Amino acid sequence: MSFFGQLAEKPWLSAQGRIDNLHEGVAFSLPRAKLALRIFLAVVTVLFMLLIIAYAERMVHEDWRPAPPLRLLWLNTAMLILSSVALQWAKVAVGRAESSPLARRQEMEHVKWGLTAAGVFGSAFLGGQIVAWWQLDSIPFFDITNPAIAFFFLITGLHALHMLGGLVAWGRTAARLNDDANLSRLRLSIELCTVYWHFLLAVWLVLFVLLFSGNDNLATLLAICGIR
Amino acid sequence: MTDVTPGAIDFVPPAEVKDVELYHPKSWVTKYVFSQDAKVIAIQYSMTAIAIGLIGLVLSWVMRLQLGFPDTFSIIDPSGYYQFITMHGMIMVIYLLTALFLGGFGNYFIPLMVGARDMVFPYVNMLSYWIYLLAVLVLVASFFMPGGPTGAGWTLYPPQAILAGTPGQEWGIVLMLSSLALFIVGFTMGGLNYVVTVLQGRTRGMTLMRMPLTIWGIFMATVLALLAFPALFVGAVMMLFDRLIGTSFFMPSIVEFGEHLQYGGGSPILFQHLFWFFGHPEVYIVALPAFGIVSDLISCHARKNIFGYRMMVWALVAIGALSFVVWAHHMYVSGMNPYFGFFFATTTLIIAIPTAIKVYNWILTLWRGNIHLTLPMLFALAFIVTFVNGGITGLFLGNAVVDVPLSDTMFVVAHFHMVMGVAPIFVIFGAIYHWYPKITGRMLNEPMGKFHFWISFLGAYAIYFPMHYLGFLGVPRRYFELGDTAIYPQSAAALNAFITIVALIVGVAQMVFLYNLVWSYFKGKHAGSNPWRATSLEWQTAETPPGHGNFGKELPVVYRWAYDYSVPGVVEDFIPQNLPPDQIKYSDQKASGAQGAGA
Repeated sequence: MSFFGQLAEKPWLSAQGRIDNLHEGVAFSLPRAKLALRIFLAVVTVLFMLLIIAYAERMVHEDWRPAPPLRLLWLNTAMLILSSVALQWAKVAVGRAESSPLARRQEMEHVKWGLTAAGVFGSAFLGGQIVAWWQLDSIPFFDITNPAIAFFFLITGLHALHMLGGLVAWGRTAARLNDDANLSRLRLSIELCTVYWHFLLAVWLVLFVLLFSGNDNLATLLAICGIR
Repeated sequence: MTDVTPGAIDFVPPAEVKDVELYHPKSWVTKYVFSQDAKVIAIQYSMTAIAIGLIGLVLSWVMRLQLGFPDTFSIIDPSGYYQFITMHGMIMVIYLLTALFLGGFGNYFIPLMVGARDMVFPYVNMLSYWIYLLAVLVLVASFFMPGGPTGAGWTLYPPQAILAGTPGQEWGIVLMLSSLALFIVGFTMGGLNYVVTVLQGRTRGMTLMRMPLTIWGIFMATVLALLAFPALFVGAVMMLFDRLIGTSFFMPSIVEFGEHLQYGGGSPILFQHLFWFFGHPEVYIVALPAFGIVSDLISCHARKNIFGYRMMVWALVAIGALSFVVWAHHMYVSGMNPYFGFFFATTTLIIAIPTAIKVYNWILTLWRGNIHLTLPMLFALAFIVTFVNGGITGLFLGNAVVDVPLSDTMFVVAHFHMVMGVAPIFVIFGAIYHWYPKITGRMLNEPMGKFHFWISFLGAYAIYFPMHYLGFLGVPRRYFELGDTAIYPQSAAALNAFITIVALIVGVAQMVFLYNLVWSYFKGKHAGSNPWRATSLEWQTAETPPGHGNFGKELPVVYRWAYDYSVPGVVEDFIPQNLPPDQIKYSDQKASGAQGAGA
């Protein structure tokens, strides 16, 4: 039953009591870590939503000066997409390895390659972001009081911090690779990493398309809403 | 109430509750210092919160001395005064109330009351406390930095918060913002634990709607905090950027002493929106646990089931949801579109509906109950009265037209102290008197407690009722001194002096409370496992105080909600949540008829 469905129960009635006595004490049929990750992602969503709203709020003012577009970001976006794809590959493979013991050795090879590729591409994304900051910092007439530039540093910085945290989790997952006995634990770790990676990719795509691709899509969106 | 006539509840299969995986400490350090046991973490949280709260209390004395007796204390200069009010506000709201309700009570009671061995992520829980402690230390460090702590007011509004002329502009504001960011990181770790433990860590038979309202209150407050703190985090990080690397998120162009500062083009109002998008839910982050706890105190000490349990839960959820759409009522005087103000005034008044439902339900729970005027009950009653008082002045201030003349006067100070200062603090006291026997195994001393109660209760009214009047006179808040302003009658100064004297007396009464905490720990009366004859699971533990893993070998199985008090036909006037139906002792039918009439 849904969370809000449960709120309609009348715990003081004996008929309800008979049902409740058999209740196992969990609200969702999900591992605890998965639920915790989802709640955390909700918190992170609020964080980035607020940043986008703050960006938009500043953008509607007349003196808005857009930041110079960085072509490198396209490459970084591609790295992040590849990283997510690789992790998805590892996730599918670890699922297969668990369900079919015969193919296990081969599938575990895929898991290893997938995980490694995800880490390499993820790190490449982070490295690319650092280069992007350096590029922006070294343009002529660099002006930190320009809000577009300040927002770029702030938002990409926070995104990179989340990515960095993801890489720590990735490292802990990779350390479990050789623990063959505990495959279901490894599968859970990879699944959690995958959800987190896809989420950060989604956040990045929204940020990139709306704010940093140089096309002023947020301005168009605001114009459609009649705000700008 | 549960239908407890014999045979009404069918046979329940025997419990097969497995011992869940639990971290077992191996040394003194991992048991008491870097502990992963939620109960130890709770006590660490509480001690830290009370310690920093004491600093907040002393700061309030100093600023009251200045307000009551201006030109008397040469050690208090205007800068110091602003620093004291700023630190007092921030400490009390965030580092004391939020940390104590969620980190303290949440950690101690969530696992015990839902029937879990511990929080679901004990290691993260431990980290949460240590990051909180670090946040507190960073905050305290700002007292010792050159320039002292920030004096920007607890709302930290830019641009003045980071401009020269505001005390603590050099280091104070940097440490304050860093401390807030740390607090939020630490809280998020703890908050994830509380929410997941409530949702996924309950024992068998404990449905969501069988949980005590204490847990519901803490749960909703945590959800609120998880979603509201990011706004403060974003605001704090952006302001840190403005202060440290010269961005202009919140800084408009400013001319200072004829010189154009490097800032330009930022929006100070944006910070206000971010701050209050956090700040208003923060009121409910403090209030919702208080609502929950007080419901349980009233039900237990009036020996009666809570009136309208479902409505109480719905009201908590509704208040939580509504608290995110009222924030701009803190900004009526910031120059907003009147339609915007109208919207926020409306939502603010709507939030009074679920709140009023709760108050009525508390009163209806008391109605014809068997009221025991124990210390927890006294504080619960004091809470209801105080909360209604503070809430009603909130309706005044929630209307934009009434707020505009009262804004930034002492009326506002009186209002928010009543509604989110005194009222939740009364619940904290009530809760400590109620649960101290479970936490330590001994009762708190009653005469000392009565003294503490009456001084605190009457004192709070002696302080804040006159302050409303000062607000009506137009006495502004945040002023170092009124000086020779002719518009205020002499009585304003006399009232200020009176308030100061009462505040000092109330402060001393708190020392009696602290002494009682220590004295009773060694010399208090032994409490036994369930001195209040309460139903919820924390009172049914094998050991008092509960041991590592909370419950003995097997987790309890829950058969009913937490409010089966004075059930007609039953010998005892309470039925513990985990008492199997076949072990309930019934009085004979004749007697049960007589009992039932009054229940």
